[in-house]
Amino acid sequence: MTSAQNDASIVDEGTAPHERREPSYLAGGYRLIDWLTTRDHKRIAVLYAISITFFFFLGGVAAALIRLELATPQGDLVSDDTYNKLFTAHGIIMVWLFLIPSIPAVLGNFLMPLMIGARDLAFPRLNLASWYLYMAGGAIVLWALLAGGVDTGWTFYTPFSSMFSNSHVVAALSGVLVLGFSSILTGLNFIVSVHTLRARGLSWFRLPLFVWANYATSLILVLATPVLAMTLVLVAIERLFQVGIFDPALGGDPLLFQHLFWFYSHPAVYIMVLPAMGVASEIIPCFARRPVFGYRFMAYAILAIAVIGFLVWGHHMFVSGQSMYAGMVFSLLSFLVAIPSAIKVFNWTATLYKGSIRFSAPMLYALGFVGLFTIGGLTGLFLASLALDVHLSDTYFVVAHFHYIMVGGSVMAYLGGIHFWWPKVTGRMYSDTWGKIAALVIFAGFNLTFFPQYLLGYAGMPRRYHSYPGEFQLLHVLSSAGAVILAVGYLMPLGYLAWSLRYGARATPNPWRATGLEWQTDSPPPEHNFAIAPVVVREPYAYTPEGP
Amino acid sequence: MSAPVLEPQFASHAQQDFARSFGMWVFLASELLFFGPLLFGYLYLRMHAPHATGMASRHTDMLLGTVNTAVLLTSSFCMALAGHAAQGNDRRRATRLLALTAALGVVFLAIKGFEWHQEFDEHLFPGVGFHPADATDPATVHGIELFFLLYFAATALHALHLTIGVSACVWLMLVLRHPPPRGPGNEAVELAGLYWHFVDVVWIFLYPLLYLTARSGG
Repeated sequence: MTSAQNDASIVDEGTAPHERREPSYLAGGYRLIDWLTTRDHKRIAVLYAISITFFFFLGGVAAALIRLELATPQGDLVSDDTYNKLFTAHGIIMVWLFLIPSIPAVLGNFLMPLMIGARDLAFPRLNLASWYLYMAGGAIVLWALLAGGVDTGWTFYTPFSSMFSNSHVVAALSGVLVLGFSSILTGLNFIVSVHTLRARGLSWFRLPLFVWANYATSLILVLATPVLAMTLVLVAIERLFQVGIFDPALGGDPLLFQHLFWFYSHPAVYIMVLPAMGVASEIIPCFARRPVFGYRFMAYAILAIAVIGFLVWGHHMFVSGQSMYAGMVFSLLSFLVAIPSAIKVFNWTATLYKGSIRFSAPMLYALGFVGLFTIGGLTGLFLASLALDVHLSDTYFVVAHFHYIMVGGSVMAYLGGIHFWWPKVTGRMYSDTWGKIAALVIFAGFNLTFFPQYLLGYAGMPRRYHSYPGEFQLLHVLSSAGAVILAVGYLMPLGYLAWSLRYGARATPNPWRATGLEWQTDSPPPEHNFAIAPVVVREPYAYTPEGP
Repeated sequence: MSAPVLEPQFASHAQQDFARSFGMWVFLASELLFFGPLLFGYLYLRMHAPHATGMASRHTDMLLGTVNTAVLLTSSFCMALAGHAAQGNDRRRATRLLALTAALGVVFLAIKGFEWHQEFDEHLFPGVGFHPADATDPATVHGIELFFLLYFAATALHALHLTIGVSACVWLMLVLRHPPPRGPGNEAVELAGLYWHFVDVVWIFLYPLLYLTARSGG
């Protein structure tokens, strides 16, 4: 087999953009104002990457303080009030300023147009506007935190948030509201772009799974976020005008809030994890040199997760006082969502089977994602079981479960994606050895941090407490020690990726010999992505095993 | 001809037009869910306090609500004609019809404002001053108060949307005089029309829920 065939290009060779090279999107317009007024989706992705990284480390500092406080049973580092504000800050920042926008806004913005062979997203100005909304929302949340903080938890449960909390709830709510508009605009842009801007020959079932995943995520963003926005407005109204919507003392109903809140916030979990699945589905076939197993089922599973994800919100309310029958229905539906999730895990595994696997840094991250997502998913079944959930509700078991999905899943995949597409984005290679070490350190640190929390929760340690009985200390100390390792692991990529920007080897257009359209243009890509509009003539993931 | 400027990411005007109107539809789907919590809250109230909901809806002014429905439907008709005129490239006629649409929108807002004023005077605005004339039982009063909270929230959100719609009409009237690239293409009128009809449709749902509930046989 010749190397040209081996390259497995899905572009018609006749139209490959080898001649007439345009300067890269990074060349020209170096001033700050050129970046702040850009309409190029790639530059906007870079803007998002920088701001999201900032918020990630800010949320990480709050997490570190929480783990430090919990190293001893006494509440001796911070006061109970400060502790409440810390976990609220951690939750708000990590959920709305990091997890929800991370993969769609950074990787999605950069890659969606490239992957569908388009010159840009359908609405470039709207794309820039969504970044400004993100920054505005982030600024409002930061102001709320600096002005004294919020102590409600990121869920803003009523009537505490609407009536009793003395903290800056309305400011935080406004920040989240603005962030919601940013998500809606990004989702709208992706949906329209996938529908209208696909290259010639790129039918729906030739789309990369990353595009499918972001498309499904966008549907959730567009359809669920407005519900959250309006719910937060109602909390603000109750708080400002003392009207009973959610407060039972005033004739309202707190269950109403929980229904509305979780109608968004459960699908929000899939906003965080579906794009992560998309990233894994790009990396695993590339480094196993095998076409993804059961491509169509992978796409259908993505859509199924997006749809069923809308129907399971009530499993957050098993102990809230909703009716027993509602609980039974929501329990059943929650089990159902495990089916498409399991399809994805099985298909990744089947893709690896008999593959010629290269354990490069992105692959280690992707495999870490699959492992952690599987543990998180399986423990989700515990929580979907009505009776078991009564025992585990509001314990560290729940904390461990959602951290396995959201941190072990989303963050691992986000880092994997950053490593996979780093040569494309920056035009530089990083040290693969350092990448592998960091992936392993993060994986080890993560498990040491969160696995003890399953045991803690099972033994009855409630969440949101800043002091606890002495018998829980061993597991808490293990968890805090893991957090230190995790922090080191998260700091490492900052170092070697920054180093690569200046000293890394120049990347070729396709260093991983991957088959996606984004690899058919220069690294970094020119301003309008493709010199000539690509024409797709092959199925996706046309990988072949490497020769000897 | 007043073809819009072709943005670099599009290959043809047809593709650009499709993307824009499709984008508007997706946006409207999102907007519809904005009203979702209010409608869900209404459903919840209706299930848990049917009697209070019925009593509360009798406090609304059915005459003004019905007149407003007629005004809004007429404005939608004018908007549809404006879109038709723009399609036929008669930008002057489209401008006039847009003016008429905007004017009817303002009439709607004025009537709505008068209605709010009335309800405020009757102490029907939720909060410490809330005091319906015909109920003393605390549970019923709470139900009525929640109804009026949803009423004010939904009609205010609707009025906000309508204000944006009126602004869009006025903006189009001002810029339609200039041909592209300074002014917009004719498809802009259609997009504004889609939005206007959406706001109208929301009202078509709000009107029976807020005004007509439990009025049969009354």
